[in-house]
Amino acid sequence: MTGFRTLLYKEVLRFWKVSFQTVAAPVLTALLYLLIFSHVLDAQVLVNGVRYAAFLIPGLVMMSVLQNAFANSSSSLIQSKVTGSIVFVLLPPISYVEFFLAYVVAALLRGLMVGLGVLVATAWLAPLTFVAPFWILAFAIMGGGIMGSLGMIAGIWADKFDQLAGFQNFLIMPLTMLSGVFYSIHSLPLFWQQVSHFNPVFYMIDGFRFGFFGVSDVAPGTSLAVVAVSFIIVALTTLALLRSGYKLRY
Amino acid sequence: MGVAVSIQQLVKSFGSLRALDGVSLDIAEGEFFGLLGPNGAGKTTLISCLAGLVRPDQGQLSVLGCDVLADYREARRRLGVVPQELVFDPFFSVRETLRIQSGYFGIRNNEAWIDEILENLDLTAKANVNMRRLSGGMKRRVLVAQALVHKPPVIVLDEPTAGVDVELRQGLWHFVQRLNREGHTVILTTHYLEEAEALCGRIAMLKQGRIVALDTTSNLLARFTRHTLNLRLSNESGLPEALRVRATSNEGTWVFRLAGFDEIEPLLAAIRQAGCTIDDLRLTQTDLEDVFVGVMQAADVREGMAVR
Repeated sequence: MTGFRTLLYKEVLRFWKVSFQTVAAPVLTALLYLLIFSHVLDAQVLVNGVRYAAFLIPGLVMMSVLQNAFANSSSSLIQSKVTGSIVFVLLPPISYVEFFLAYVVAALLRGLMVGLGVLVATAWLAPLTFVAPFWILAFAIMGGGIMGSLGMIAGIWADKFDQLAGFQNFLIMPLTMLSGVFYSIHSLPLFWQQVSHFNPVFYMIDGFRFGFFGVSDVAPGTSLAVVAVSFIIVALTTLALLRSGYKLRY
Repeated sequence: MGVAVSIQQLVKSFGSLRALDGVSLDIAEGEFFGLLGPNGAGKTTLISCLAGLVRPDQGQLSVLGCDVLADYREARRRLGVVPQELVFDPFFSVRETLRIQSGYFGIRNNEAWIDEILENLDLTAKANVNMRRLSGGMKRRVLVAQALVHKPPVIVLDEPTAGVDVELRQGLWHFVQRLNREGHTVILTTHYLEEAEALCGRIAMLKQGRIVALDTTSNLLARFTRHTLNLRLSNESGLPEALRVRATSNEGTWVFRLAGFDEIEPLLAAIRQAGCTIDDLRLTQTDLEDVFVGVMQAADVREGMAVR
């Protein structure tokens, strides 16, 4: 397991050495979202009986977990592919399972670190409850795992930075922004409510938020099942890509 | 001595390009082996197949009996590869880079060996400097160090001295020769043929994905040896016709190509008999460069693409 542990350590060290950019910056971004939206809407809006600022915080925390988990594995892989330093990981006797676990766990750690940072930075701005901490953790870990894994797929697939940016801006960004971070899907027209049910990120946010307030758009068990199945599908796809050597071993 | 590297009927295509076209090669333990060929001959593809970076279409490869695909963990533990590209991870210092690389190979607490490598590659003073701040030559040394962290019995150096100054080249070769004396098998690709001639006991020449020559360096040199005798005569026109047909004239110098030293004395005797006086005489020997050119031209002729 030394190979896995070293790769994990290296991946964590990589983002930690530039933590101002990889941890502090996304925390500030989320804080700004909260300040602006809660200033405009907090007095007028109640969602599922919760004041808007409090409703928004778990959404922002989870969005930060997801986006940073994706950013970590995808940017690490594309950077080492473009610079060629990926060879240092491909030459040693590291199995594709160890490779997968190291990148996903590192991505998850960064996601959780940013998420915790957002929570600490915003919690004092609105009254928060933690009704079901297990659900909070379960959704954060699985959601981060899915995005870390998707980041690996994107990083392996992309040959250039702009391909990766395309993946991030045209797939990950809309999926997270339109997942109910900023609103309850019950406030949407019926058609868009139905469309939202096909977005796995919606279940991640909704289940995560349930852990705080004990209320959600769909039953948390359903969300957990959807997220777990999504995680298995994405993880197996990533493992299959790594095993085949797709775009890594020619 | 056992077989360090075995390559059997290796075929690899990239699209319509056949990079390796049925290469078979055995390299014995303890050899210092040279892999030569023009750009695009397939040297790096061959090494990449051995290292598991490229997957062959057909054929078998093993390192010290371990198949590079089926038993990849053991094969990779036995192999240290210095890649041709000057790559580095910009986040880490030299020592961090080497510690991490040791960990990838399952080795913890490798400090003593890391210190020894740093010392031998003259990197001790740079141990805590970030990789980004090193010169090209220094980065090249770190690449060599990274390939050696797990003390691999088989070391592959893919053009390690490209763009490297003379001092480093000398230092690097001393270190690699020492490792070879201590029993490490060394496989080297280089464009500097004098390096290959000086270092390698045996050489394979590749062209368009095929081996066109494979022999000991001394046999290759002997096979292609053409001593060249350059003569400047005081009375040029006096060279008899019988000798003139054996020579070529080059700016007043007669150039004779000889198969061996034994041809020198009869030639000089014939010149004396003709009453010619020698003003200047120079004897040159074939080097690996001549052999290389000869082999490549012969391969061209075999392929029916000789340029006339």
